[in-house]
Parts: sequence; C-alpha cells; structure tokens
Amino acid sequence: MIYAQILAGGKGSRMGNVPMPKQFLTLAGKPILIHTIEKFTLEARFDAIIVVCPPDWVSHARDLVAKTIDDPRVRVIAGGAERNDTLMKGIDYIQRTFGTHDDDVVVTHDAVRPFVTERIIHDNIEAVLKAPAVDTVVPAIDTIVQGQTATIAEIPVRETMYQGQTPQSFQIKTLVASYAALDDAQKASLSDSCKICLLAGHPVTMVRGENWNFKITTPYDLRVASALVEKRA
Amino acid sequence: MLNQVYRLVSARQFEVQTVAEAVVTDELVVRPRYLSVCHADQRYFTGQRPDAILRQKLPMALIHEGIGTVVHDPAGELAVGTTVAIIPNTPTQHDPIINENYLPSSKFRSSGFDGIMQEYVVLQRDRVLPLPADFNAPVSAFIEMVSVGVQGLSRLETVMDADQRVIGIWGDGNLGYITATLVKQIFPDSQLVIFGRHRSKLDYFSFADKTVLVDQIPRDLVVSQALECTGGRGSEAAISQIVKHLRPMGSAVLMGVSEEPVAIDTRSVLARGITLRGVSRSGRADFERAVAILKASPVTRERLQNLVGFTRKVRTIQDIVAFFEHDLTNYWGKAVMEWDV
Repeated sequence: MIYAQILAGGKGSRMGNVPMPKQFLTLAGKPILIHTIEKFTLEARFDAIIVVCPPDWVSHARDLVAKTIDDPRVRVIAGGAERNDTLMKGIDYIQRTFGTHDDDVVVTHDAVRPFVTERIIHDNIEAVLKAPAVDTVVPAIDTIVQGQTATIAEIPVRETMYQGQTPQSFQIKTLVASYAALDDAQKASLSDSCKICLLAGHPVTMVRGENWNFKITTPYDLRVASALVEKRA
Repeated sequence: MLNQVYRLVSARQFEVQTVAEAVVTDELVVRPRYLSVCHADQRYFTGQRPDAILRQKLPMALIHEGIGTVVHDPAGELAVGTTVAIIPNTPTQHDPIINENYLPSSKFRSSGFDGIMQEYVVLQRDRVLPLPADFNAPVSAFIEMVSVGVQGLSRLETVMDADQRVIGIWGDGNLGYITATLVKQIFPDSQLVIFGRHRSKLDYFSFADKTVLVDQIPRDLVVSQALECTGGRGSEAAISQIVKHLRPMGSAVLMGVSEEPVAIDTRSVLARGITLRGVSRSGRADFERAVAILKASPVTRERLQNLVGFTRKVRTIQDIVAFFEHDLTNYWGKAVMEWDV
C-alpha cells in the first residue's frame, strides 16, 4: 500500500513571537497545513494520508480538516517530541491500523512546504516503488562551505552539492529496520530522515525538487510565500 | 488549492506563478496529460502578435488543446482517473440565437485567460468531455482542433445548398488535413479535392479524391462548396481562388485566422451569389460530434495518427521552451507535449 505522511509536528520556535505553530498560520486565506494536505488528496494512489501533529494541537488540526477537507483518507494523529519520533509515530499508526505488508511505502512531507507539486509527489511514488529510500533535492545555488568555528574547513565542489527538501519516501520495512538499528545518540542527532536509511547502508535515490518548494520556517518565509500566491480572478 | 501556472511573460520566456484556486461544486480539477500546440500559441511565444495585444494578454498560460485526467470532482459524478478532453471555450451566459463560441462574453483559454499549461486546471464541469479508453492520447490532445473542423462543416451544412458533389478544401496544413478527414465522414458521397502549396504535404492526403497545387489549378475546375483552411497571408490568395472556382451560389466557409485584414473581390462574390461564412473556435456540441465521429470511425482515428508530427515529454520550463522552438522547425503535423511538469 502507498501512504502519505504529512509531518506537522513543528512548534514554530523559529517563527518569532507567534504562539501558534507555523503550519497553522494563514497563507492565502487558509492554514498552510490545509494547502499541503489538499495537494496530497489530489493523488489517487494514496491509500491513507496521515497528518502527524503536536499532541496539544491534534483537536485543532482535526477541526480544520473537518471543515475544509472532504476526503476520508485523511487521519490526524499525535506525533512525538522530535522529527524522527513524529515520523515513527506515524509509521507505527499505519502498521497498527492497516497492518504490515512487505511492499508498503510511505511518502513523507513537511507540512510547511505547501508549494509541493503533483510532479514531485508522482516522481517520489515512482522512485520509492523501485528503491528503498528517496530524497527530493535541488542543486545548490549558493556555494556550500563547511566549518565548525570561525573558519572554513572545506569548500565542497558545488556541482556535487544539493539541498534537501521533502517529500522523502521510504519502503516502510527498510525504514523500520534501519531506525531500530540506530543507537539513542544517533537517533537524537539525526536532523534528516533519509539519513536513517543512509546510516544503515541503503542507497537513497534523488528526485528533482523545485526551488519554490521551500519550507516556511521564519516570518520572512511567510512574507515571501504570501507575496508569491496570486488569487484566481 | 495552490496551483502552479506556467505563464508566458514575454516572447520565449515562461515563468511559474502560484495561484490559489477555490474549487466549487460545479467545477472539476483536471491534471493535464497531453497538450497540443496551435499556431495561435506560437504567435504568442514568438511575440508575433501586436505589442498592444501582448501587453494586454501576457502573462498568460498558453495552450488550448489538450486532454487530462480528473483528479477531483466535488460532486462525485466523474470518477477520478477519467480521461477527458478540455473544452477551452468558457461561456458565461446562454443565448438562444448565438452559439457559445461566438458570444463576446465567452472566455477562451490561452486567449482571454490561462490556458492548459498548469499543474492542475480547474474548470466548469461542462467544459470537459470523457473520452473512450481506446483513443490514442497524442491524437486526443488535438481533439479541440477536430472540433473546430466539425464546427466548420456543421456551419457549412446550415448554409450550403443541395449540391454536395465536389467539396474543395484550400490548405494542406493541419486544419486542412483534419477537415478533410471529417469531410469523408460527414459528406461520404462527395468528391473531395484538396488545394495546397506543397506537393510533399498533399501526398499525405491519400484519402482525398484529388489533390491540386494552387499554381496549377485547371481553369475549368469547379467545386460545389469550399472550405478555406489556410489562414495568415495565404488567406487572400485562397479566398480569391475559391471565389473563382466555386460554382455560382456555392458556399465557402472561412476557417483560417489572418493577423492582417485581407482583400476580397466582392464584385465577383456578388455577381456569383456566393455565401461566405466565417467560423471560429468550437463549443461543447462540436466536441460531442467530434468524439462521436472518432468513436464510429477507426479509419479517421488512424488518419489522424498520421498528423502527429512529434511527441515529446516536458518536465521543466527549459523543456517547454525547447519544445516550442522545435515545433517552429517542424514541417508536418501537430506537436504534442506529454505534460509532466
């Protein structure tokens, strides 16, 4: 089966002095989360679309979904403390609710990337049906430099540098086994879900993203996102 | 819903614009799949429309010929995954006399508003027509043009007299070819004569009864009814020849779009009692008749497959530009893009 999992676990700590998590802020008249869910509901191949929220915001998210989304595949559940906790809570829910099948795959996506396109979602599904893990990337435009203190340790060749976006997609069996093999320190240090599979030695396929599929994280991002959207006349 | 719309902003330059769409119950959401380029699109792409028109209409998504799959129907009438033809003419009112494609209030995709080059197209539910599963997708991409041919022949049926012996088509391009295939179905007993400028293009019209180079038309050749499918600068010469070779009191349907006004020998039109009937675009009824003809006639579907000039998948804006550029050098047939952007 093919699942979508929308990761809406963020608390909005980078959004400045806004008490509401950023995925619930309004963009073009609707919460960002709803824009993102709408994109996934237009893909008929998803058997279920799991939205994973901070525990305190589950009711809020369910109310929003009930008012705006008419699709029985969408389920809102509570996530965990960190990104990968939230991811695995969603996987756990899928397996408890729908059972476990060897060919299950999941397309995971940040709730705060509402500009994802049909093509990117489609490419993720096609790729994850053939490979254990898939990452959506765009070639780096800026030069990437590596350093830990005030000086640069290395400047990698830009042509081999990409910026990671989402969706990130996984064969669930591989993801679960790879996550179980990590120790607690590794689990705590992971800021990227594809790295779970990479650390376990699995290849991660790259799918082309789009520059506009950016993450709305800061007040600046929200202003840019709002300026980008035109209302249909 | 946030929709990515790929608009032409100036000659040869496309940009993506995010548009917030509200989908109401009498609308549908369609994912475009196969799109076909028309000369009108190329005139925008190359900046050949007058500057005032370009300033008024751009930025705008191009393409008004295409098919897609239904991805959302709020009313649940059409199943998700149904392949549909997109009807670009979008009426805003109904008139008992004037057809939808001649109402000044109607909007037309890639002319008055965004065409099909979008991530999703949101449209009124009567602006799609489900297609049989066995239709060839690249051919279906230009069903809109087939419907324009149907419109031309339907109008001819309403204005012509009883003489159907010889039907002449001026024009050996895409519209001429499509209209010719339809003449064979709508007027099966008529003799079909094609008048063109290129022997190599006329050779594709193997199903016509006769093909004639326009500089070698026998003086005594007479057609009962005529269709002008040239457009552009060729319109004037074609209309002049039609007036000369049409039987007195015959009818001619003018279908080719000319950017500039063309001169017509009205003295001869008057003296010979000729009816000139203009047609443009098409409406839902023409699409329905076009699909019915194609369903009933595998040979027409096969003939139209010979009109697919080339098919290419596009995934990026660079691909789109390259596609339009390639079409400019394409000698024969329709350019069809597999839309995967």
